[in-house]
Formats: sequence, structure tokens, C-alpha cells
Amino acid sequence: MSSAFSAAKIIQPLNFAATIRSIDRPLFDSLKSIPTTPFLGSIHKLRHPSDPNSCSQHRRSGSIVAGVSDVVQEKKHKSASPDSNLLITKQEGLELYEDLILGRSFEDMCAQMYYRGKMFGFVHLYNGQEAVSTGFIKLLRNEDCVVSTYRDHVHALSKGVPARAVMSELFGKTTGCCRGQGGSMHMFSKEHNLLGGFAFIGEGIPVAIGAAFTVKYKREVLNESCDQVTVAFFGDGTCNNGQFFECLNMASLWKLPIVFVVENNLWAIGMSHLRATSVPEIWKKGPAFGMPGVHVDGMDVLKVREVAKEAIARARRGEGPTLVECETYRFRGHSLADPDELRDPAEKGHYAARDPITALKKYLRENNLANEAELKAIEKQIDDIVEDAVEFADQSPFPTRQQLLENVFADPKGFGIGPDGRYRCEDPKFTEGTAAV
Amino acid sequence: MAATFQSLGASSSLSTPNSFDSKLFHVPRPKSLAERKGGSLFVRSDLFPDNGSKLKVGRAGNLAVNAVATKGHSSSTASKPGHEVLLFEALREGLDEEMQRDPCVCVIGEDVGHYGGSYKVTKGLATKYGDLRVLDTPIAENSFTGMGIGAAMTGLRPVIEGMNMGFLLLAFNQISNNCGMLHYTSGGQFTIPVVIRGPGGVGRQLGAEHSQRLESYFQSIPGIQMVACSTPYNAKGLMKAAIRSENPVILFEHVLLYNLKERIPDEEYVVSLEEAEMVRPGEHITILTYSRMRYHVMQAAKTLVNKGYDPEVIDIRSLKPFDLFTIGNSVKKTHRVLIVEECMRTGGIGASLTAAINENFHDYLDAPIVCLSSQDVPTPYAGTLEDWTVVQPAQIVTAVEQLCR
Repeated sequence: MSSAFSAAKIIQPLNFAATIRSIDRPLFDSLKSIPTTPFLGSIHKLRHPSDPNSCSQHRRSGSIVAGVSDVVQEKKHKSASPDSNLLITKQEGLELYEDLILGRSFEDMCAQMYYRGKMFGFVHLYNGQEAVSTGFIKLLRNEDCVVSTYRDHVHALSKGVPARAVMSELFGKTTGCCRGQGGSMHMFSKEHNLLGGFAFIGEGIPVAIGAAFTVKYKREVLNESCDQVTVAFFGDGTCNNGQFFECLNMASLWKLPIVFVVENNLWAIGMSHLRATSVPEIWKKGPAFGMPGVHVDGMDVLKVREVAKEAIARARRGEGPTLVECETYRFRGHSLADPDELRDPAEKGHYAARDPITALKKYLRENNLANEAELKAIEKQIDDIVEDAVEFADQSPFPTRQQLLENVFADPKGFGIGPDGRYRCEDPKFTEGTAAV
Repeated sequence: MAATFQSLGASSSLSTPNSFDSKLFHVPRPKSLAERKGGSLFVRSDLFPDNGSKLKVGRAGNLAVNAVATKGHSSSTASKPGHEVLLFEALREGLDEEMQRDPCVCVIGEDVGHYGGSYKVTKGLATKYGDLRVLDTPIAENSFTGMGIGAAMTGLRPVIEGMNMGFLLLAFNQISNNCGMLHYTSGGQFTIPVVIRGPGGVGRQLGAEHSQRLESYFQSIPGIQMVACSTPYNAKGLMKAAIRSENPVILFEHVLLYNLKERIPDEEYVVSLEEAEMVRPGEHITILTYSRMRYHVMQAAKTLVNKGYDPEVIDIRSLKPFDLFTIGNSVKKTHRVLIVEECMRTGGIGASLTAAINENFHDYLDAPIVCLSSQDVPTPYAGTLEDWTVVQPAQIVTAVEQLCR
């Protein structure tokens, strides 16, 4: 296939066993001081000894090449030289920065609100992973669909759902994007084509290929011109789930216009990816199904964006799906109920140093795309937006009893016929929410 | 004890003219004959005239949404309008008509395309509509059901086939979480107008896993409707109604009923998803049933009539929600209820129905509700054992006799 992705570039399999036991070849320079253990469960061993996509400090004379886009490779080369073309314009840069800051501030505010008792249940925050959401979703059009998981606040925001709507939803107010009926884990927006928000891992991926199937159907059966793309986000834990593999197969089989984005943050609650997966390199699973598998540094929004451009363009051209594994990390626990005691502080520190916001800020400053004042202005603006969202949510009403029975059925005749011969939905008590159904 | 029906070819002397008996009822031949290929079975069921008025309530449909077509006498087949079909052909007709009417209707399932469906329900449709509209999927129920749901959310109207209903257990995640709940959790933003259909029920020594009745497992899922077809007429009507409905509908077919033959109208018709079907009006006892057990009940009814009983038989058709109007009217008339189902005893449709009737019509009951269900046993392979797991006509007769004492 005419793809820029060189899935065929995987020359040698990663000699995993060797890397585990070789203590004198730690993966990261910065971690040299940390003793590596032979225990399989250690996360230090996950990252490739040679990861051409990581920052230049970590570049090794790798003999093993991950399935990385030639395009990105070239661009990396170019940007290494001082007079290279930049990856983004100023306008784009500020847009990306704004989105990153929005994601971060919003999630931080969620944590505050949670501990103040404004939202309840399971809330999964996205801190640290913003580069993936911004990198992909900011390239999409409004008609393109996004399918997410329970860690979906920032995907919703990046896709364009107003912060007010998301915050209200979290507060369980009727002005929320799902009228307060969905909650943190079920963000939906028809207007912005956000198809959820799913609590069970993996159950969104088939919905995503369904949306992609509709696009193909529209083109080939209904003869409408339609080149929308669907992007499905999910985590490393999902990649051991049957639905993941079934969907990779079908998407590739029918060349569906979809991009599968793995947000590999190494942890599924307390289960390390290494302890759960026989072949931890998720990108390798793409070629097994006939699609390119790409690994990218998910802490760097520009790298993600470059890979995303390629994958999305591929899907739009009708060449089929791509599997993109983003190496990323969540700075907080799995959810606000997770004490997060299991992860090594050194690991957290390592990734904190690769904070996507700091990285982009640095890039913007170093390449004179923005000055401190402009960035501060954006931060202030976002602060205001988030504050306003909280205020709006606070003042919004809770759903009334009337709302209980609405939306169970699109056609409320589904509640059936009551003993009096009338459809239950015709009972006046139905609209009050007190009818017996 | 006026008999209120005439049996086809029966030498019964119970044919008493009756004012409302302008619609004739035919007692079907014993089920074993009916289910053989080529066996001809005439099953006509008409709605009790009294209930006719309720058909007009709250309906905005342009089509004749009747529980049944009210036709004239059916004494000789030659003079009757309409055409004869087998049940699986009726399903196919319904599907074909809907696919023609709306280009967004598509079929997704295993072997539905080139193979024509393992029970021939989709035979010929792939040639007519193409491989994308009648999509052959890999064996991945959970994922292709989810794919159907995603497609429904974005504008298509898929009909998802489970090759055997039991296989849809693998799709339970998608059916429960997404199909049923997604409209609600999205605050009404996305509709899921899917139809999930497939054959279930106890067949001929198909073994435990191919003989499952999933009605009971799915019935608690909020947001879905469940219907069970039992005749070619209601099969076509329910298929069309289910496809047109904005709600997700699970259409239960039965492996042994696919070869039932009946004459169905030439003109287009749709039946109501929420209404029950009056099979045989009566006075003494209300027998509620659905799917294949309808035929066991009608066979038992023949014996009962000969013994002087007058059972009222209702095919509930809508397994979720129950048509409490038809059922209630019947209970108010006869005061005795017998439920005959193929579902398991524990937590089955009959259990729910018993609870619903007790709650709503307790005062009208002269006797406790009796529910005859299948044994709580994995369906054995051996024919003799298999026969004992499901309800047989003799048991129905005994139960009626006991109830009507």
C-alpha cells in the first residue's frame, strides 16, 4: 500500500528478554542512578532502548526501528537544524497551547470541585495526556467523529464541547451536555460529533468503527460525497481486550476511515502494562491486521500532531485505518478515588519533566512564535473560562422528576400499553415522571 | 358453553353460530406436522372485536397499524386474496420492503450475504442490494453489534442478525450498555434505531447452547423493546415495525417456526410492536403464550374444547413491554390465568408477567396464576429428555383442568 508509514521497517524484533536482564543498559539516561531490577513488572523496561521518536537527549544509536513515519523522521531531521521549517505557525501554536491549557486547568478544577463535593462518583482526570487529545482532535473537522473512554473530559473540550456544558454535566445539572444523565464517563455531543464517553473499556471501539462504517456506506451505497474520519481513543489496558482486536480486523478488512489511538500511559489502574501484556509494543499489533502501527512520543504535542496528520489524511483518502500508540502518562491517579501509591515516584518525576505544556511553551518561546505575555494572556483567558464554567454549573438547576422517564426511549411508545388501554406515555403522570412504567 | 371457534376440518359439532364469530379460527395441525418442510399450516388470528377501538388510540401512523388484518372468511384458499409464504420468506419480504423503502436500512451479520442467512431469511438480498448493505461479518458478535450501534448513532438503520440468538450472549455488553442505555446517557442526543434479530428457542436436539431462550436475559435492559413473532403474518409485520421504530428492538424468532406457511396480504402492512394478539377468544381461562408455545397451546386447546372448556388464547407478542390492556381485559373476563412459555422457570418472561398481572389485576383473579415454563435445565441432546424440558400440550390440558376446577 502506498503509505508513508513504514510498517515494514521493523527489521528486528525487540530482544525483550535481553533488555530486561541487562542492568548495565538502562533505558533512560536520567534514570541511570536508579537500580533496575530483573523483575518483569518493572516499568523501566517498557520503553524501547532505541526510540527515535523521543527527545534528542534520549536518542540512541538504535539498531531497532519502530514503525515510524518517514515523514516524521525527515521533519525531525529538519527541525534539528537551526534554520529549519517550523512544524507549526504562530496561530497554530497558540491554538494548541490554548487547548493544552484548557485541558489542564479544567481537570485541575474538576479535582477541586470533587473534593468540595460538587461532583461524585468516578472521575478520571487527564492531566499529563493533553498532548494526545490536542494533537489529534485539533486537526479534525466538526463532522469528524471522536469516540473516547471514561477519561473523556478533555476529548470533549478539544472537540469543541463548551466547558460550561462539560462542567454542568459533571455537576449533574440539567444544562449538562447530556442533561446530567451521563456524568463524567459518558460525555456525548451530537453537535460536535462526540460519540461518547464509555464506562467499560473497549466498548467504544466498535461504536467508532460503526461511525466509520456509516461514512463508507454513505460513499458507496448512498453515493454521497463523504470523507469524514473517526478517531477512537483508548488505553493500554484496552489493547488486551477482544473488542480491540476484533475491531482492528474489521476496520482493516473494510478499509474503514478510522484512526485507532492508543493512549499508553503504562497503567490500567494498578496493573502495569508490562505485567498484563505478553507483547507490550502495541503498535506492533497493527501490522498483524494489515494496518500501519506507529509509535509516537505522546508527551510532545508536535510529534503527535505530525503523526496524526498522516493518519487522518490516510483515512480521508480511503486507505484505511492506522494504529497509533502514544507513549504518555497520567500525572494523577486512575481516578480521584485512586490513592496512586503503586507507581514509582521516580517514574512520575521522569514524566513530569516531560510535561507537554512545558514542552510546547519552550518550543514556542525558543522559536519566537510567542512571547511570555501572549502565553500568560491565554492562561488568564482559560482561567476565566473555567471559572465561568463552574459558576454556570453551580447556578444551573438540578434535573426535576419530570426528566426521569424522558430519553429512555426515543419513541416513548416503548413503555407500552397500560391497563387502561392507553399508551403509558400518554398518561399525564408520565411527563411528571411519576407514572408507573 | 358455546364454542366460539370452528376448527378446520374437525368433525366437531360445537359450531354454534355466534354474533361475533364472523372471524373464523383455525386450529393448527399438531406441531410436528406443521414444522416439517412443506407442511401447510393455516394460522389466522384476529383481534377480538371489542379491542378494535383501542387500535385508534394515540396512533399517528399513516399505515394500517392493526394487530392483524381483518379479512373475510377463509373457507377456501383459492378465493382468498394475498399470497402464501413460509415464515422465513415473510421475514425476508418485510426486510426487503423496508430496504427498498429506506436506503439507510442495512443488514449486518454472519453469513447473511453470500450464504443467504443460515435460515435463508436474507437469501437473495445481497445480490439485490450489494455486499455493503447486506454485510457478511467475521465472527465477532460483540464488535459487529457495537458497529451496528455506532452506525445507527450516525444515521443508518442496521438490522443485526445473530445466527443463533444464543450467540448474542457474546454481544451482551453492547446490547445492554450501548443499545439500551446510550439514548439515555447521551441525554437523548443519539438514537439507536437498530433491530437485533435471530432464531432462538429449543429446536430439534440442537444441544444446550443452541437451544437458548434469551428473552429472560435481555428483559431487564432498560431502553429496549422485545417482540417475538409466531406466524408469517406477524413476523413480516413485526419486522417492518421494528425497522421503522426509533427504539432498539430485539425480534425473537424461533428455529422451529421458520417453515410455517400462511397466506398474508399483498398490500403493505405493519403490526404494532406493543400490542398482543388475540388468537382465540374464550370465557373460561386466559392462556398467555408467545412464539412456539402458541402452537402447543392451540393443540391443547383442541383437546380442551373437546372436553368442554373454552380457553381464551392470547399471543402476547410484545415481551417487553407487556400489553396490559389486552391481557387485563382478558383477565377481567375469565378470572383465571395460565401462562405457557418456553422460557426458563427462573426469572423468565412468565415470572415477570405473573408479577405484572398480580400487581395490576389481583382483584380479578379467582385462582393463583399458573405459569408453565421450561425446566431449569440445560437443554439435553437426547430427544426424550429434550421433550421433557419444554411444556407439552398434555401438561397444558392438565393445568387448565386444575385451574378451572
